[in-house]
Amino acid sequence: MDRVDRCYLKPGGQLTEEGRSRWEAVPEELKLDFYRWMVQVRSFDRRSVILQRQGRIGTYAPLEGQEAAQVGSALALSKEDWIFPSYREHGVAMIAGMPLMRILLYWMGRVEGNVPPEGVRVLPPYVPIATQLPQAMGAAWASKLKRERSVSVAYFGDGATSEGDFHEALNFAGVFQLPVIFFCQNNHYAISVPFSRQSAVPTVAERACAYNIRGIRVDGNDVLAVHSAMEEAVTRARKGDGATLIEAVTYRKGSHTTADDATRYRDPSEVEDWVREKDPISRMEALLKAEGLLSEEDVKKWEEQCKALVDRAVKEAEAAPAPSADHLFAHVFEELPPELNRQRAELSGEGGECV
Amino acid sequence: MSEKTLIQGINEGLRTALKERSDVVVLGEDVGKNGGVFRATEGLWEEFGDERVIDTPLAEAGIVGAAIGMAINGMRPVAEIQFMGFIYPAFEQIVTHAARLRTRTQGQHPASLVVRAPYGGGIRAPELHSDSTEALFVHTPGLKVVAPSTPSDAKGLLLSAIRDPDPVIYLEPMKIYRAFRQEVPEGWFEVPIGKARKVREGEDVTLIAWGTMVPVAERAAREASERGVSCEVLDLRSLCPLDEEAIVTSVKKTGRAVIIHEAPKNAGLGAELAARIHELAFLWMESPVKRVTGFDVPVPMFALEDDFRPSQKRIDRAIHKVMTF
Repeated sequence: MDRVDRCYLKPGGQLTEEGRSRWEAVPEELKLDFYRWMVQVRSFDRRSVILQRQGRIGTYAPLEGQEAAQVGSALALSKEDWIFPSYREHGVAMIAGMPLMRILLYWMGRVEGNVPPEGVRVLPPYVPIATQLPQAMGAAWASKLKRERSVSVAYFGDGATSEGDFHEALNFAGVFQLPVIFFCQNNHYAISVPFSRQSAVPTVAERACAYNIRGIRVDGNDVLAVHSAMEEAVTRARKGDGATLIEAVTYRKGSHTTADDATRYRDPSEVEDWVREKDPISRMEALLKAEGLLSEEDVKKWEEQCKALVDRAVKEAEAAPAPSADHLFAHVFEELPPELNRQRAELSGEGGECV
Repeated sequence: MSEKTLIQGINEGLRTALKERSDVVVLGEDVGKNGGVFRATEGLWEEFGDERVIDTPLAEAGIVGAAIGMAINGMRPVAEIQFMGFIYPAFEQIVTHAARLRTRTQGQHPASLVVRAPYGGGIRAPELHSDSTEALFVHTPGLKVVAPSTPSDAKGLLLSAIRDPDPVIYLEPMKIYRAFRQEVPEGWFEVPIGKARKVREGEDVTLIAWGTMVPVAERAAREASERGVSCEVLDLRSLCPLDEEAIVTSVKKTGRAVIIHEAPKNAGLGAELAARIHELAFLWMESPVKRVTGFDVPVPMFALEDDFRPSQKRIDRAIHKVMTF
């Protein structure tokens, strides 16, 4: 593991000294939630990869290996907080209240998959890299101007730190002291390009000082450390102390997407090390078992429950009635201008050809 | 009512919006203490304070990105881009996000915001300050694009844009910011988006223009009338959506159209207008549509800008051609 500012739960499942005191302070239900959510996220993720291979969903962006970063951070947020995700944040989205079925719809190429239930403040996945950062900053700015306590979080990867939008967003956040959290999952690769090609500076977190905001680098596979870093950042933001850049050092076990082949650019021994030695779930499972909070039977039971949840979501998504082609026009403008009305009629075959 | 210039109309529109809607903020480079490089925001920072009229860092993508985030979180931002030639860093935020958020979120987050930008040439501005790339935005589904040419429309269209639930690109003809004064109604008043203005009634040719080219078209119409040619002049005001009804009604009456714009010709808005006229009024036409536009060359430095921008002479020639086809 590269040097990090915070590691509470070591890869073998032992707590560090600091980790022990943090662990004692965490309510038991949350300890179990860390584990349960990570297992659910992985269950969903693995199933999605299979669904893509079966041709039942389109290209999918897997997140396996990044469960602790997503679960630890998302569990530190409240309903009122705004989430601006990239396309790999299914774990964050489901914790925020996005039904699994809708996440699947998104990967089935359906726009309904972008729309959260009422009251869930998750924006659609931001596909062009780093474009969500200025918007999260703007949403946080609005919260500050309106004197509301909600914070905004932008989720992104290490590749995004090379974009101009990253700089602009962090710079504004520093200048105006905005309640925004920039949460970077540094999974070491932007598709095939390693972090050493994104940045001559060895870490993402140290860039925070260039903007006079707080930066912290945590073991991103340590759910306890991620959660505490996020909780601190949220508290700071709510208090009016400004933005935080969190770098969660993690690893994507699989490929960039199901259309990518990571064996072309990654050393198998490196992958092996992360998969075998540093897995975020197995270390939490080991800790919970050692603490007597989880039995082998609980593990089996929860895994089965997750499978059932995902099964149901797949069924629901596949049973969702196909959208009508007319839907193309439904939300382009609040009111359709005449030319669009004509095109709509053209689509439906009800005339609409030129006069 | 009082007599105001076009830029005062904009200023008055912003002041009215800031006064009447607490969710409106104005943000951009130099919009605060300096009152804008053209003084469009003069006095607003003093009147409404640093949280309503905000000087930002020099970062166009950051300004528009922030404005989108503010709109998502319930505000009505009016972002200023200092010159249209500098809007391109924000192009991705506008085209990928502002224009599509309503569709992508199925109406949940419509990105209700205004982006103001002075456009066009003719003021001897430094290099790369004189672009007219409205077609890029008109071509982007989900955006509305407007360009006023009078002080009163400047205010009324701006207030419409601010109230409009869809993202609006508001293009300011900087050449005529201070060209003339006009009575501008007090208080909140709107000029509807999507409605053209008939500047002059005529029988023989329809001249279609907007923004900076409207006074040029008016002058051409006046001179043509001395030669016995009666020109109708339409100021589109709204470039997207287009007021098809006004255009079609006029060309059906005159049977001839000359479209005048400052932007280059190739795939400029004139091409779309010509195609619509062809589609909707072909049988009424006495002659092919003519376009008088900027040439398909990079906008020149100012020593040659008068050769680049549509001139009176070129418009006269186009009118003559459609009359003698």
